[in-house]
Order: sequence, then structure tokens, then C-alpha cells
Amino acid sequence: MTNNCDLLVIGGSAGSLDIILNVLPDLRLDLPFPVIIVVHRKVSYDSLLANLLNAKTQLFVQEAEEKDTITAGNIYIAPADYHLLIENDHTISLDFSEKVNYSRPSIDVTFDTAADAYRSKLVCLLLSGASADGTQGLKTAKKYGGRVIVQNPNTAKSAYMPETAIAEVEVDIIVDAADIATLINSL
Amino acid sequence: MLLNDLLEVHGYDFTNYSRASIKRRITRLINIDKFQDFSKFKIHVRNDRYYFKRFIEEITVNVTEMFRDPLFYKTLRTQILPVLATYPLIRIWHAGCSTGEEVYSMAIILHEANLLHKSLIYATDINPGVLKKGIDGIFPLSRMKQYSENYILSGGTHDFSEYYSAKYNRAKFNEQLRTKVIFATHNLVTDHSFNEFQLILCRNVLIYFDKDLQQKVLTLFDQSLEQLGFLGLGSKETINFSSLAADYRQVNKEKIWRKIA
Repeated sequence: MTNNCDLLVIGGSAGSLDIILNVLPDLRLDLPFPVIIVVHRKVSYDSLLANLLNAKTQLFVQEAEEKDTITAGNIYIAPADYHLLIENDHTISLDFSEKVNYSRPSIDVTFDTAADAYRSKLVCLLLSGASADGTQGLKTAKKYGGRVIVQNPNTAKSAYMPETAIAEVEVDIIVDAADIATLINSL
Repeated sequence: MLLNDLLEVHGYDFTNYSRASIKRRITRLINIDKFQDFSKFKIHVRNDRYYFKRFIEEITVNVTEMFRDPLFYKTLRTQILPVLATYPLIRIWHAGCSTGEEVYSMAIILHEANLLHKSLIYATDINPGVLKKGIDGIFPLSRMKQYSENYILSGGTHDFSEYYSAKYNRAKFNEQLRTKVIFATHNLVTDHSFNEFQLILCRNVLIYFDKDLQQKVLTLFDQSLEQLGFLGLGSKETINFSSLAADYRQVNKEKIWRKIA
């Protein structure tokens, strides 16, 4: 299954930021695909999160700008209060439309559009959270032949989001929090 | 394809909109209105002009709020209005104003700077339905708590509730605020420049356009902006990659640029 990932999208809510902060330092520096991270957070008027994550890795972490070309080895963070959409030409669009699952950015929106654009070359990873966001998007990813990974709810601070996904989607891999970096490095 | 129908039958050109976004809007509308399949939906959009009206209202994004990005409004108050104050008549174009929440925000800061009496705000949108809401100036009461917080963060020092009267679950904004506002339809894709302005605001509209259309619309703004005028965009929008970049200088770190050449 190697070399079958052109894009990894990570979605998370409550309890996911700690996981991401722990995973980033252990990612290989020659990561052969781009990573997009969508986490629910309070609206903030600056880009603190990107700075925080940038400090954890030599990989280039940036808050996504509209029309950014998605480039291997880069890590893009969905900006607060915008949905992040993936275009078929592998660029990023931002969208200030209605909240989805009470969230903007919504994980479903990014999973859905990424599935359409990357098809079987997409890998989605859903982490800890207290929301049902992400499950619908994982279904779409599966429909288009992508791979779906969910954090083991027993290792999540908030189990609801991964539990919902596991109950409703045919998940490919359930991963313990401690094994996430190794798994990403082998995609 | 549907987008070609819209252009040929109705004269609305959505072909340069960001694909992923408009596709989502269309899928959403098909679900809300419970069409069985895409072709039935397409026939309605093409042939039923009442449904077409609804289509335009729903396909464009009309999510907005008062004093969105409060620091943007703070910069308007502290850096831009003092410059505009030197003009005998202040002409402002708010393009893509949707239901008008940001237009009322602008009117409030002009009022507080004692400039509203000599200002004229042209508030335009592609969508006649949302302009009606702007003319009424009635917004959900449930939003006022957040708007009040935004207002304070923007540097507002009054009691925000003095600008509206609450009735049932709605807040009606003082009519005095819109005496200097002209609401009108304008399509950024097909319509031309109609005046010269000292300030043009267009926030969270360009994100829905592809690069070519962004350039076209920015050129329209450039043609509509006086020398030394200001252009304000949304928090994730920029003129940096357009032909305007060389002739404009950014004001602080906010998404406001001044035309200097």
C-alpha cells in the first residue's frame, strides 16, 4: 500500500491538538505527500496555531491561504472561521458559508472536497473530539476509494467523534494515539 | 452544463467561480429543495424564473456579521476615517454587501466620527433578495451579544443597544443609520464601474472567484477608486498577486490598501 497517498487530511476537535503537537516532531522530514489539518477551535484573529505547530517540526507549517497550491511536504492549517475546500486542480479554496455540524471550519467539508479531488489517493485521519463532524466526510472518502483511519477512542480525550465514525463508516485502520506518527510515516 | 445555462438563459456568469465551493452550494440546494436528481434541478433553474430567483439567493454565500474582524474596523476608525474626514463628500462603495450587516457597521463608525452626514455609501450585491433585508435593517436579536462584543473590540465606546430597538426576536437598526446608504444590485462579474470612490470595501467575495475573475474585479475596483483612495478586503484576501500590487501600499497589517500611483 506504499506510495498510495497523495494527500493526508487530519480532522480533530476537543483533545486533538495535544495529539497533533505530539505527532509533528516525529514526522519524517522527507514526507512525500502534503498534510492538511482541520481542527475546531475558538475564533481567533491571528495565526497563533500555525506558529505553535511550526515550532514542533522542520516541515513547513502554514495557515492555508486561498489558491495555495497543495505541495508535498507542506502542512496546511485550516484558518479559523473559514471552511477549507480542495479544488480538482489541487489548490485550496476558502469559504465563509454556513457552519456545518456547528463548525467552521468543518471537517466534513474538507474531507468531502478532498475525496472528490484526490479519489483513491486520499487518506483521512480522524482524531479525538466531542462532535459528530467528520463521519459524513469519511463516508465520502470511502465512496471514492480513499483510505480512512480513526484514532482508537480508548486513547482519545473525547471519544465521541472517533466512536461515531467507527460505528458508521467502514474504517480501514484504528490507531492508538501513540502509533499515529509511525503510521503517517509509512503511508 | 448548468453554469452555461445560467449564462445563456439568464445572463448570470458563474463560470469563473471556484469550482469546489459552487459545487457544494448546488449539492446543498438540491438536498434542501429535495430534487430527485440533478437533471430535474437543472430544468427548474433553466425554465422557472421564480425558482431561478431562489437559486441566485441560495447559491451565493450570504453569511455575514456586524463588525466582522473587529481589528479591521478599528483600523478604519483610527487610520482611514481621519483621512476621509478631509474630503467635503465621502463616497464609499460596499461591493457584495449581502444582507448589510457590515454596511450598518460602517454607518455606525461614520456616525461616531461625526462623518455620516457628509458620507454616501453605495451598498451593492448581485442578489436582490438580500438587499431587501439590508434596506429593512432588521437582524436576529440572538446575534446582538456577539455583535456588541465585536463593536467594543473595534473601539466602540457607546452602548451598542442604542443603535437598535428590540422587538420580539428581532433587532431593528435606527433608520437614521441608513439615510446615507443606497442599496442597489450590481454584478461584479458583468457590470461596470459607476462612480469614483475614496473607499471601496469588498470582504469575503473574492474568495469565491478564480484568479482570472479576481484580477478582473480588482481592475474594476482600481478604475473606481480615486487616487489615494483605500481598498478593504476580507481577512484571507489579498491584492499581492494581482496587477494592482505595484500601485498600492498596505496599511499596517490589515487587509486595507491605499492607491498611491
